[in-house]
Amino acid sequence: MEITPDTIIIFQWNGVHINATIFFTWVVMVLLIFISWLATKNLTIGPKISRWQNFLEVIVGYIRQQVREITQQNPDPFIPFLGTLFLFISLSNLLVIIPGYQPPTGSLSTTSALAICVFFAIPIFGIAKKGMKAYFKQYLEPSIIMAPFNIIGDFSRTLALAVRLFGNVMSGTLIVAVLLIITPLFVPIVMQVLGLLIGQIQAYIFTVLATVYIASATRVEEKLEKIEQKEGSKEDE
Amino acid sequence: MSSIDIIGAVSIITAGITIALGSIGPAIGEGMALARALGAIAQQPDEANTITRTLFVGLAMVESTAIYCLVISVILIFANPFWNYVLSQVG
Repeated sequence: MEITPDTIIIFQWNGVHINATIFFTWVVMVLLIFISWLATKNLTIGPKISRWQNFLEVIVGYIRQQVREITQQNPDPFIPFLGTLFLFISLSNLLVIIPGYQPPTGSLSTTSALAICVFFAIPIFGIAKKGMKAYFKQYLEPSIIMAPFNIIGDFSRTLALAVRLFGNVMSGTLIVAVLLIITPLFVPIVMQVLGLLIGQIQAYIFTVLATVYIASATRVEEKLEKIEQKEGSKEDE
Repeated sequence: MSSIDIIGAVSIITAGITIALGSIGPAIGEGMALARALGAIAQQPDEANTITRTLFVGLAMVESTAIYCLVISVILIFANPFWNYVLSQVG
């Protein structure tokens, strides 16, 4: 029984092994790029919009609204990163309905790569927003004794992000594999439906956690903005 | 018992204990969190969106400990390094 698609070799050429993880990651990437290209080919702001544009507008609008609610900031700088994370994890978990497909998120390599992207995105967004000095100063909060714990926290939450997504997706495929041995009829389908649901929830949770971490790294100006917003809304009233 | 028997038996028993004990704590914690969140939603239905989102994030945090236990027990059963070492020694 395979616990990771890393060990399945799709094809090899001159000693270069392409395993199932890499192959299906490329499949998901090609699908995402192709659908986006198809949908954005003839964008319009007129009243009559194509179905694909409507579909993507709903998704992007929903992601924007969620990120805005969580970060309490203008979501535009974060959308390219967080939206891509969500769409990639969501689609790679959704394609499980296709027979023979191995979800790339069921491999610790993929989830570690995604978590490491988040690990580097947090200081990049934080420094871009607050500046180098203010960002690294928050490691010394509440006192300098806590600095090692803050740094350990950074690493452990990256590890937790990776292992959580991997464990959930891997356990989904493993349960189906075990059930196929015990009761091959109908019961695995129920667990597969549950696996689909869990996959979507995990995609949501991964994105929300990344958003929360980025929001906490870019928080300083948030209070000012909030006060300004409140004053603005009061003036409107 | 030879060393191969001991390693096999200990791995399987430990895997069972790991997932059994490791799921108790998160299960209790998630139940308490869910109960409090339902109470909060019943008191303030307007805030249901915020409460649900925070609940999901919190549940994911709590659940990750159970997932660690699951990963450990799966490694013990399917990808046990000591087992592989003993098998390679025996030949």
